[in-house]
Amino acid sequence: MLKIKNLKSSIGEKEILKGINLNVKPGEIHAVMGRNGSGKSTLANMIAGKETARITAGSIVYKGEDLNEKTPEERAMDGIFLSFQYPVAIPGVNITYFLKEALNAKRRYFGKNELDAATFLKRIKEKLELVDLDVSFIKRSLNEGFSGGEKKRNEILQMLMLEPDLAILDETDSGLDIDALKTIAQGIQKYKSPQRSFIIITHYPRLLNYVKPDMVHILIEGKIVKSGGPELAIMLEEKGYTWIEKK
Amino acid sequence: MSQSLDILEKRIEQDYQYGFVTDIEQETLSPGLDEDVIRFISEKKNEPEWLLKWRIKSFNGWKKMTEPSWANLQYPLINFQDISYFAAPKKKKELKSLDEVDPQLLETYNKLGIPLEEQKMLAGVAVDAVFDSVSVTTTFKKELASHGIIFCSFSEAVQSHPELIKKYLGSVVPATDNFYAALNSAVFSDGSFVYIPKGVRCPMELSTYFRINAANTGQFERTLIIADEGSQVSYLEGCTAPMRDENQLHAAVVELIAHRDAEIKYSTVQNWYPGDEKGRGGIFNFVTKRGICLEENSKISWTQVETGSAVTWKYPSVILKGDNSKGEFYSVAMTNNFQQADTGTKMIHLGKNTTSTIISKGISAGKSQNTYRGEVKIMKNADNARNYSQCDSILIGKECGAHTFPYIDVRNATAQMEHEATTSNIGEDQIFYCNQRGISEENAVSLIVNGFCKDVFAKLPMEFAVEANKLMEVSLEGSVG
Repeated sequence: MLKIKNLKSSIGEKEILKGINLNVKPGEIHAVMGRNGSGKSTLANMIAGKETARITAGSIVYKGEDLNEKTPEERAMDGIFLSFQYPVAIPGVNITYFLKEALNAKRRYFGKNELDAATFLKRIKEKLELVDLDVSFIKRSLNEGFSGGEKKRNEILQMLMLEPDLAILDETDSGLDIDALKTIAQGIQKYKSPQRSFIIITHYPRLLNYVKPDMVHILIEGKIVKSGGPELAIMLEEKGYTWIEKK
Repeated sequence: MSQSLDILEKRIEQDYQYGFVTDIEQETLSPGLDEDVIRFISEKKNEPEWLLKWRIKSFNGWKKMTEPSWANLQYPLINFQDISYFAAPKKKKELKSLDEVDPQLLETYNKLGIPLEEQKMLAGVAVDAVFDSVSVTTTFKKELASHGIIFCSFSEAVQSHPELIKKYLGSVVPATDNFYAALNSAVFSDGSFVYIPKGVRCPMELSTYFRINAANTGQFERTLIIADEGSQVSYLEGCTAPMRDENQLHAAVVELIAHRDAEIKYSTVQNWYPGDEKGRGGIFNFVTKRGICLEENSKISWTQVETGSAVTWKYPSVILKGDNSKGEFYSVAMTNNFQQADTGTKMIHLGKNTTSTIISKGISAGKSQNTYRGEVKIMKNADNARNYSQCDSILIGKECGAHTFPYIDVRNATAQMEHEATTSNIGEDQIFYCNQRGISEENAVSLIVNGFCKDVFAKLPMEFAVEANKLMEVSLEGSVG
């Protein structure tokens, strides 16, 4: 699904990623863990195509194609989804309208008819239930005045609606209370399938108690210093990042 | 990060889709302005003596005035002697129905997407089509007449209801009000007249489509709307104009009068030719629009969507004279390329417990300059007056400007004033968010701008709301490459 080879990138003169290798197969859940400033979000943004950082070496290959030349929209069409750490507000644009635009853009891209209003509504109602949101929620302006939990649920709602093949969840668990965390974990569990892959970016292992990763990678200062199974996350919880740094 | 900005900075390259000229025989006066021209216009319209005198008095006043220069606008000096002050499509005979209207004229409206045939069928909309200076046709007149409503061309009203014209003309916008209003009062060609009798709710939206078509012809519309006690009316005005190289002047005057418990809602979608991407051509739009809430519990509401014209100078205002009266101003002004807009409102509170609401949304793209200028005045006797103003601006690209000039003058200590203003760029984060969900750059900008304008669009009648959305998309096309 996704192959990242020796990826290096810089913002200005500063090197952020210093040679990342990552191989995500269909159906796998990978956790990328690290402290703030370790380069986790940069990695997520680079896969999604945000030009904050510039690639200086290496490549990102998705479904056999180099992503370098692809726009963020094309990547989205091809099934890459980023759940944002800080989703921006778009005042006056309600969730229904926004999701319809997004969904229909994708359908047009694949030569399908636009979704009719009734089907859309039926579908979104199902998904709303999964993330424990009321139907009145979709009339609100996108991310405007949302609580932290609502923002993250809304991101997961969009993931469920847009049905990506690769979902990158950037700190989707941060700032959530335990109920919201469970709801979001449940959304991810429901969405999981042998064809769909996840990259879960986090600095706490707690989401991983609910969503079991196949692989855990520890990112320190732009490098993956250790990879392993789910037990690595448990070790990290017990011993903290200093344990790895000391090694 | 720079890519989307680069794209944002690209100029609009889209042709003005309404740029065409109808080849129709016109009776046009040669350029120039003196008392004879005014006499000619008045005679052509078979006007009563008092009206001719009023025009001449206005003209004499105008000659002593100078063009205002306080607005945040830059444009070449207008030579008022280069303008022709009268043009009318030659009428061969009296028209009894739409079938008799010049087919080319109807074709013009078809190109604009507002065919009269369809308008006729459009439930609830009566159309008084103003082609250049003379009203060509009026529909739905009979049904309106059954309610006692008068909706006709201004010239017609001068003949059929001279007493109403004499009573109200210039009562809200005096001929001496300002340079352009004085000019209009001297040479006004035609326009619309509406009278809603006591207690009548107008059963349909009244609408007029304006069109400037003759080269070098200034257009001087005069509109007068009177809502008598307890009546209600919603009036729609929409404009497009054909492409021209020379700048064309438009100086309209609109007067609204709301009596006790009456309500007037006046909506405008203005899409005149804005000039090309280098700033050549385009309409100069100097309009004076003002309403008076004459007696208690009356209400006047202005809603405007301004996307056209090279230069816009326009401040639809409300004089809140009656106690408990309400004034509203909802505006979206969008400028692109080299367009300049200096627009806003005035709310003059005279009566007690009067309230006013101002919501203004400015969108600037290209190298355009967009100015909000508003004045809220609370006079000495206006106890418990309230005003809420909100002025938001959004910038697309780095070369445009947004300016806000709110003037507040409070002479009564019981007044409550609220003012909010924001200016923002369309965020790259917002665009990226949309991109990441598969929405293209151009659609993202259109989505964000429409969201930004939503509060104002919500105030437009249905037909216009759809048109406004379309207009924004057309106006934005190319501003993001």
